[in-house]
Amino acid sequence: MTFQILWLQSGGCGGCTMSLLCAESPGLLSTLRGAGISFLWHPSLSEQSGDDVQALLDSVLAGKVALDALCVEGALLRGPEGTGRFHIMGGTGRPMLTWVQALARVARHVVAVGSCAAYGGITAASPNILDACGLHYDGRYPGGALGAEFRDHTGLPVINIAGCPTHPDWVTGTLALLARGQLGATDLDPLGRPRFYADTLVHHGCTRNEFYEYKASARHPSDLGCLMENMGCIGTQAHGDCNTRLWNGGGSCTRGGYACINCTAPEFEEPGHPFETTPKIAGIPVGLPTDMPKAWYVALSSLARAATPERLARNATEDHIVVPPSSRPLRR
Amino acid sequence: MSDTPPVRRIAGPFNRIEGDLEILLDIAGDHVQEARVNATLFRGVERMLEGRAPMDALVIAPRICGICSVSQSRAAAAALAGLSQVQAPANGRIAANIILATENLADLITHFYLFFMPDFARPDYAHHRWHGAALRRFAAGRGQAVAAALRTRAELLHVMGILAGHWPHTLAIQPGGVSRGIDAEACQRLSGILASVRADLENNLFGVALETVVELADCATLHTWRQHGSASDFGLFLDIAETLELSTLGRAYDCFLTCGSWPGGRDPHNTTPLWPAGIVADGAVLPFAPQDIVEDHAFAHLRDHERVHPPAEGTTVPHLRDGTAYTWCKAPRLAGRPFETGAIARQLVRGQPLIRALVARGGGTVFSRVMARLIEMAALPLLMEQWVRQLEPGAPWYAPHGTLANGQSVGFTEAARGTLGHWLRVENGHIAGYQIIAPTTWNFSPRDAAGVPGPLERALEGAPVRPGEHTPLSVQHIVRSFDPCMACTVH
Repeated sequence: MTFQILWLQSGGCGGCTMSLLCAESPGLLSTLRGAGISFLWHPSLSEQSGDDVQALLDSVLAGKVALDALCVEGALLRGPEGTGRFHIMGGTGRPMLTWVQALARVARHVVAVGSCAAYGGITAASPNILDACGLHYDGRYPGGALGAEFRDHTGLPVINIAGCPTHPDWVTGTLALLARGQLGATDLDPLGRPRFYADTLVHHGCTRNEFYEYKASARHPSDLGCLMENMGCIGTQAHGDCNTRLWNGGGSCTRGGYACINCTAPEFEEPGHPFETTPKIAGIPVGLPTDMPKAWYVALSSLARAATPERLARNATEDHIVVPPSSRPLRR
Repeated sequence: MSDTPPVRRIAGPFNRIEGDLEILLDIAGDHVQEARVNATLFRGVERMLEGRAPMDALVIAPRICGICSVSQSRAAAAALAGLSQVQAPANGRIAANIILATENLADLITHFYLFFMPDFARPDYAHHRWHGAALRRFAAGRGQAVAAALRTRAELLHVMGILAGHWPHTLAIQPGGVSRGIDAEACQRLSGILASVRADLENNLFGVALETVVELADCATLHTWRQHGSASDFGLFLDIAETLELSTLGRAYDCFLTCGSWPGGRDPHNTTPLWPAGIVADGAVLPFAPQDIVEDHAFAHLRDHERVHPPAEGTTVPHLRDGTAYTWCKAPRLAGRPFETGAIARQLVRGQPLIRALVARGGGTVFSRVMARLIEMAALPLLMEQWVRQLEPGAPWYAPHGTLANGQSVGFTEAARGTLGHWLRVENGHIAGYQIIAPTTWNFSPRDAAGVPGPLERALEGAPVRPGEHTPLSVQHIVRSFDPCMACTVH
């Protein structure tokens, strides 16, 4: 028996599927096969359209076909006025909202793929005329399309593979662990995210760490310096292993020269300031690294700034290294 | 045409497209008499942009669509650049072209192998001599070619890992260039990736050098090549297309539109697109006049349906109007007419001889749309190889832009699926208006106030329906031949 997945898309961009198709070493199809996973239906990968899909959904609801995991990509749209009519599943006349609510009741596990399905995400951005929400959260608050009390047949909450987009490994890893019965409640963080990627911060492994240490900061896109002070980066607080797992063969947001915008967090879509600009009070960035007292940060950063080597100060505002590290022999 | 009263059927959900779609089909006997295309999901992204800082468009707009993400980003950056009058340095513009071409090529590969070809592996076609090969190569989710195409696509997207951080949803493309400069060694890695992608395309898809494919000049050359060429997925497609007469299926109005693509070369003062802007109407190639574009809400669940709007003055206020409206998609019209956009439009306007010959012979059809994409799949790696060689490590990649306090601007780009436009209005440092027309909004538009069907609606008229078919395969081929992106459509 394979672990059978039904994958539905609602209020979102489909980017988490597009990212999933980038899985490598091994590729997606081999990874799934190796984990004993099969798709009952997936919008990009399956043959069936139309009536065949409707027949499948009916069989699942009737309990004739086992549904091991319902994966939902995209936010659930409750509007207008609670009708769910902003998204009718094609050909069915029925809102995706109520399809998902019904299918979640018969699924062994429910998985939110991406920040939209988890918390509402970009789809729920202000003014949220869609009345969009996540499966199990409405922004940072438990609730959402399935209600705060929801638990699956094994007692788990909705598993929130948050990210905008999700890394392919986050999705395949979560599904493989579920298929093997190796993902329990303690493997999820307080926001329902799998800890195997959410217990790491984006800051970990950031190639700009030395610039960060000495507060040698970028001023413009393409500068090499730290992106925290001016460019809106909140990688020191953002949960995700983006800079150690890496994307598309070796990239990440900060390696691509732009800010981490904390896309794995609820309400990242409403930072309260322009995304690529760091808000400051009296010259000090408002958002400070997790776990760090403000007074310590101020003291350490002014010391660090005073001690910034010329090399870092100059390289920070260039798009390539203009001052290399010195090559004198190390003292033994 | 028969006199049987039509039977109404609702087809959906459609998969192997981006997003959600249903189609109302009025079927008369053995063919579709009329079709109404319903984009069943409303997104309202334009409304999210209003009131935000202009640069936030770079975060929000790409998230309209996970498959055209860079295209949205590029159009937003172009609109912002227009507002601030900034000009990207040569490296910035070339890198942005490489990033966009990477997305477009990945999308073309995804469309051919994952979305379009799997339909020919269906048991409905088991009696055809090519079915065994189609099943082996293209079966949805398991064909050999599907797995191979995913490998090629993933490797191609390593270009994004180097130049753009990741894909989708990069912030690398800025109004003044790109956020990442790379060194000579990284340029060499880009060349290596492109060499590997080229090898995959030549070995699996085409069976010949990419240069040979882009030089296919007319139907006779294509026929000769097919007789003598080695076995390839392209050859298999040609066999399938011939037996199923795909060149007679899904003709719309033969009106095509492109805003032009790949601006500039090495000259920072020359931003002329390499593939020019233009329209094709009544058999003639004419200039593209964006001021002649309007949007019509007559059959969309939106307010302001009493009159048409130029996009700069457009609105997006949802309002269910059952009985009249049948979709969330607006109806864009150029000089009052529906237009089709996509690879076929780009290659026609550019004057690619084979595509011109195919359209002259049979119009825009399932066959000629897919052929235009195949031509682009061969042409894009060749362009990208040149662009990588033109990058100049050490020279600037980015130029700072001025203030974005007030003004109006339009950003155009060609996504894989066709012409994408962003109309931006900024007042007092905030976005006051943001209207988008995406490629599939053109292609899958509903009827307008005059009752004129959109291009897909028109293309479906006359589609054959076999006895017992609920979601006719001909309809599915025609729908997928447009490579629709519904997520963009209902932005």
